[in-house]
Amino acid sequence: MSALSGTVDTARARPADALAAWARRNAWDLGLVGFLVGLLVFTKLIQPSYGVPGVQGLAISVLPLALAAVAQAIVVLSGGIDLSLGSMMALVNVVAATQMQGQSEEFGVAVVLGALLLGLALGAVNGSLIVLTRVPDIVVTLAMSFVWAGFALLVLPTPGGGSAKWLPELVTGSLGNEWIPKAAVVLIIVVALIWIPVRRSWLGLSLYAIGSNRLAAFRSGVSVGRTRILAYTLMGLFAALGGLSLTASTGIGIPVPGPYTLLSVAAVVLGGVSLAGGRGSVFGPILGVIILQLIRTDMTFLDVDTNLATVLQGLILIGVVMIGSLVQIRASRA
Amino acid sequence: MSGLASASGAPNPWLTAAAWRGLFRDRPMIPLLGLLAVLVVISDLVRPGIVSPEWVSVILRAAVLLAILAGCQTLTMLTGGIDLSVGAVASMSGFVVASFAAGAGTPTGIVVALVAAALAGFVTGIGVGVFRVHPLIMTLGMSFVILGLANVWQLQSVVTSTGVPPAFRWLGSQAFADVVPFSLLVFLPVAGLILVALKLTGYGRLLYAIGDNPVAARLSGARSWQVLVVLYVVSALLAAVAGFLYSGYTNVASVTLVDSAVLPSVAAAVIGGTSILGGRGGYGGTIVGTLILTVISSLLSSLGYPEAVRQILFGTIIVAVAAAYTRVTGEA
Repeated sequence: MSALSGTVDTARARPADALAAWARRNAWDLGLVGFLVGLLVFTKLIQPSYGVPGVQGLAISVLPLALAAVAQAIVVLSGGIDLSLGSMMALVNVVAATQMQGQSEEFGVAVVLGALLLGLALGAVNGSLIVLTRVPDIVVTLAMSFVWAGFALLVLPTPGGGSAKWLPELVTGSLGNEWIPKAAVVLIIVVALIWIPVRRSWLGLSLYAIGSNRLAAFRSGVSVGRTRILAYTLMGLFAALGGLSLTASTGIGIPVPGPYTLLSVAAVVLGGVSLAGGRGSVFGPILGVIILQLIRTDMTFLDVDTNLATVLQGLILIGVVMIGSLVQIRASRA
Repeated sequence: MSGLASASGAPNPWLTAAAWRGLFRDRPMIPLLGLLAVLVVISDLVRPGIVSPEWVSVILRAAVLLAILAGCQTLTMLTGGIDLSVGAVASMSGFVVASFAAGAGTPTGIVVALVAAALAGFVTGIGVGVFRVHPLIMTLGMSFVILGLANVWQLQSVVTSTGVPPAFRWLGSQAFADVVPFSLLVFLPVAGLILVALKLTGYGRLLYAIGDNPVAARLSGARSWQVLVVLYVVSALLAAVAGFLYSGYTNVASVTLVDSAVLPSVAAAVIGGTSILGGRGGYGGTIVGTLILTVISSLLSSLGYPEAVRQILFGTIIVAVAAAYTRVTGEA
């Protein structure tokens, strides 16, 4: 009887334990969610009219940066960094805009597929150069940021081009309930379709492995070079999606890289991904991007100079990392 | 075949691959100067007669600005760091002086700008040294903060492009007898100071030690946080000086003026043989690296290539040089 009740107890306790363990593992993400909810409540308080249009605007403005953050997160998880992300997005953006201009809607589909392939290729070039030349990733991607930006200018010297009609329609407006912006749905679908299968496969495992300890991963039979190249290739795919989302939200191509490289690094750090690699997920950075954007919106509501919003973004970035490393220093001393 | 012959007979040890490798590794200045010479010759072949004292003067005026910023990168990279806030600090400094020039006067402006820069460097140094924030993140965050504050300051004080003080314009864009740029008056002491500090002082040794092996440096008694705080203050002050010259060179006062020079400054230090991983390199190589980059960009523009092609070639050359360097020395 007692044995039976014991088993019942453990059976009852197990989901709770599992939940607690899950919460501990995802403490940072949960904290970000909590912060985001608090921020949304605060936004509603200071601007009672904040509602459907606000959420719609937030979703659309967040989309390119969220995709950039996912792209950067994948590379950072594998222990690298890519400083050419913004230029890559600009290149895909202008290629898509120039090819779609004045073409049929069906041709637009082909262009989008081509743009995604282009992104994969750009990422693969970055990754291969890093692995083959053995030059530090910061240096290679820094140099490639010039190269991709140059190609973007070559394709389209001044802002212009066009977009198939269905592309902007894909991200504007809402789906079913007016509270569900299409942009958010697109983001969730894209990340779920691409990242989650990768994360659960051998590639995801080796990606985290080379990020947390490259030598140990190598000795366990992970092909380090190939995994690094694949990480950059995957990043290229998300960079292409980010570039396409720029085409979708602006309707044109702009050959000058936006601030996405540096902001994506900021979002990745804010999202709880360790810059040393191997720790974190791609969901934290997405939350980080939303929080950064919402803070900016709130500051306009509060009639604060938007330049101070830039200051605040910087301070948040520094503050978060400082707290993180303080915790780490404490832990290593204990 | 010839390699085998020279190895067995050893008539000339300079012809062996290992000897070349050793030369490149131990004396990186020699191949770098060779590359620079080749580029100058190519410039002259492409446009016969273009290489003249005036051309040298134009190159120097542009190179001096980049060389000071690349100095910031060299010093921080020696400790395994990087300073991405140099663009924001430099732009801010040039802008602050311009905003003070009409009212309180240029000297006040210079003092305010230097104090602001030192403060920014101090905060960065505390973050990197005490809180052990990754320098990339710390300086990136600081550049947001500085840019934002500079923008706020811009709204407070309306400045036109004529606000750049005449002294800066003279220093940044004029040259003695149209040949020797006056900016060398600033650059030579700065460069001498950096070279001497790195080669001959204990502080310089500490920078190399921390970059080479932080744990060993700490165990041998180096207080790395103090070294790092001083380092980032120095880097910010250097950036401020570069900002003064930039505003004079372009006759523009803008809070984003120098942003586009941040990545080239890193590139110049890398080409000059300073390792981004720390512990290896020096300012001499960086100066040559800066000259190489400046000559390349002048060569590309004299060929009439559009900006786009210049950027592509620029990036490709950086990767190629860095790859050759890694291949030859066997280290990153």
